Amino acid sequence: MTTAEKSNRIIVTVIGQDRVGIIAGVSSVLAEAQANILDISQTTLQEFFAMIMMVDLSKATVPFDELKKRLNRLGETMGLRIDAQHEDVFKFMHRI
Amino acid sequence: MPMRFSPQEILETIRMVQMENLDIRTITLGLSLRDCAHPELKQAAARAYDKICRRAQRLVAVAEEIEREYGIPIINKRISVTPIALVAESSDGEDYALMAQQMDRAAAEVGVNFIGGFSALVQKGETRGDRALIASIPEALSTTERVCASVNVGSTKAGINMDAVAALGRIIVDTARRTASRDGLGCAKLVVFCNAVDDNPFMAGAFHGVGEPECVVNVGVSGPGVVAQAVKEAGDADFGQLASVIKRTAFKVTRMGELVGRAASDKLGVPFGIVDLSLAPTPAQGDSVARILEAMGLEKVGAHGSTAALALLNDAVKKGGAMASSYVGGLSGAFIPVSEDAGMIEAAASGALSFDKLEAMTCVCSVGLDMIAVPGDTPPETISAIIADEAAIGMVNRKTTAVRIIPAPGKKVGDFVEFGGLLGRAPVMALNPLSSAEFIRRGGRIPAPLQALNN
Repeated sequence: MTTAEKSNRIIVTVIGQDRVGIIAGVSSVLAEAQANILDISQTTLQEFFAMIMMVDLSKATVPFDELKKRLNRLGETMGLRIDAQHEDVFKFMHRI
Repeated sequence: MPMRFSPQEILETIRMVQMENLDIRTITLGLSLRDCAHPELKQAAARAYDKICRRAQRLVAVAEEIEREYGIPIINKRISVTPIALVAESSDGEDYALMAQQMDRAAAEVGVNFIGGFSALVQKGETRGDRALIASIPEALSTTERVCASVNVGSTKAGINMDAVAALGRIIVDTARRTASRDGLGCAKLVVFCNAVDDNPFMAGAFHGVGEPECVVNVGVSGPGVVAQAVKEAGDADFGQLASVIKRTAFKVTRMGELVGRAASDKLGVPFGIVDLSLAPTPAQGDSVARILEAMGLEKVGAHGSTAALALLNDAVKKGGAMASSYVGGLSGAFIPVSEDAGMIEAAASGALSFDKLEAMTCVCSVGLDMIAVPGDTPPETISAIIADEAAIGMVNRKTTAVRIIPAPGKKVGDFVEFGGLLGRAPVMALNPLSSAEFIRRGGRIPAPLQALNN
């Protein structure tokens, strides 16, 4: 696993109180950026709702930094914590 | 395409970062200044300034980029340089504070909060440059913000240079006096080592050793909060299971260091040096090494059993971390600085943790008597004797030990010193009042210890 064979996949996590429109909101931000959702799952983290998306940025029209900012902003307006991280973080921590 | 990670794995990472203070404590750029030597001190200092600015220009921007990309906070960006005694020695000058001032300017220019390497290595004896550097420490630390100084006074192979130990007692008291308005803050930036390492990324003791390449990226990980949580979740597990839990956690924490180190090396075009596997606390709640020991079942750190608990923790962190990184180095162990750890501060203030117990705990962990405030009227010989004791522990046990002690001007036992930020606050601890002056006055060198017949 070297940074040379770098993938374009990121993990988007949404944590907070469950409410209507979370998936719709996040998906539309991603769609606008031509970011492709590969997988979605939902679970709970302690008492909070948690949604996890794996997203492919290889055809994205917006740089990662900007997409992350848009997601952060959406999170603020919805009262949720929305974050985006490169998948390598999880690969390094959980896969040998 | 199926998710390649389970939601539990992803949330574990998120929880570590957002709730348990997992972070990369430091990305430290090691930089050789050997080619900055010049017959005129002023020129040498100017060359050092230029080189630091040039080579470290992108450090902070790159670290921030990595931080955003991976969502892992990188708390400090720092620089370590060749021990300045080696760089300044071929010049005519005697007042090396000039070098420190230019290092300080360069650090401010590139946006790092500390720069280490105002250092001398004198375990076996001193050259003219070493003497000049040590004499310049009080001036250097009282006229700069970001410069950190260190002196290596002993090693397992060389023994302990007691002349340097005696001098440093006076230097520490003088540094405290010159920074009296800030509770002796200068001393928080001065580390006296035995068996100092060349690739330590942590301040205040970082310097870029003589066997190091031109430029290198070293990473220090942290995560006492993550380990404390794992220990709590382990419930009443026995010690074998407890060690396994800590190893697994240390592995995951260290992987983050490895990832960040490789990414930084890649982006900066500088070779990747090492990951330092230390558990480095901060004064923030939930970021304390003391709390890990308490989670193991001690009423408070300092209770009997603290040394054993720390030994287990330190060893398990190394075992787990060593598997996670291709290059491990630096200090690699649990730090127990008093002022920088909420649990240590509490234990010291309540009297649960004595100076002597701290000394015992340093026998089994990294690094030593760290960030300890003592009364302002402590004689220099007593400070020297404390350094000698700690260096003896390092020398005999073939490990790094260090002393970072603050004789807080005007303060008495029970008072508090306040440094703020990562340096925290500390209660002034009581020392043994008996004199060590005659012992320190002897001078000379304590011979290197026998390396066989190990009982």
